[in-house]
Amino acid sequence: MSTIQPIGAELEPHPDVALVNRVRAGDVSAYDELVRKYDRKVFRIAQHITQNREDAEDVVQEAFLKAYGNLNQFQEQSKFYTWLVRIAVNEALMKLRRRRPERMVSLDEDIKTEDDSLPREIADWSPNPEQQYTQAELREILSKTIQGLPPGFRTVFVLRDVEGLSTEETASALELSVPAVKSRLLRARLQLRDRLGRFFQKRESGDGTK
Amino acid sequence: MKCSEFLHELTNYLDGVLDEKTKVELENHLSWCHNCYVVCDTTKKTIEIYRDSQLYELPEDLRGRLRSAIMAKCQQQKKRGPQSV
Repeated sequence: MSTIQPIGAELEPHPDVALVNRVRAGDVSAYDELVRKYDRKVFRIAQHITQNREDAEDVVQEAFLKAYGNLNQFQEQSKFYTWLVRIAVNEALMKLRRRRPERMVSLDEDIKTEDDSLPREIADWSPNPEQQYTQAELREILSKTIQGLPPGFRTVFVLRDVEGLSTEETASALELSVPAVKSRLLRARLQLRDRLGRFFQKRESGDGTK
Repeated sequence: MKCSEFLHELTNYLDGVLDEKTKVELENHLSWCHNCYVVCDTTKKTIEIYRDSQLYELPEDLRGRLRSAIMAKCQQQKKRGPQSV
């Protein structure tokens, strides 16, 4: 072997660390780059958790401001994005709590159903189920279906399957254990599958099946 | 492999993190158990549909407004000094 790998080639710091350091040094414009990079993702996560657009807008603002104000607490060994997601999830859950003051909303509220039974309805879907509907109809179906999941399941599904965080990152962002994330993810996936099946297993319009 | 064991491993299978031996056992189970095959296939489709759905995209005008508001407040905070929010 004639080449020598540069030391720490795999441990190269994430590009966000340089941006964070610039912000810490007083360059606010570097923060604008971080906002541009992640605002869409934070909005999607917030909207999924709160199921309310105005609340999601607030969450985006509050999460970015909180992250900015607490940037000194950010540890460089974790990813800025995962840290930001944790702040955003907490802000979004606070919004839910304010809306439902009679019940504390937490990610643990839906942990009671721990059975590992097979889904009730096992019917195959048509080959390209999403093509049965217009884009608008499909979005409506997906939105309604995911709204029916408890917040703790919804959040894990969104972070893991929609936003593509790893299981470990999801666990870290939600302050859950890896087995807890896996267990919720399985349940979330199966419940969504079950509910979507009502729309996708038959070739007919969605009317009357909601 | 029994159906309940398949279900237990489904998430690991879909995430591609199963060890080779369990993966072979699971795929063997899927080759003859139609119900589990359907569950596996439609769960995979569920994930794909949500991943591709572009549900809750942030409209550009709203995005611009939010970003301006965030940056204005960050500037104010900077002037006030490095205090937490």
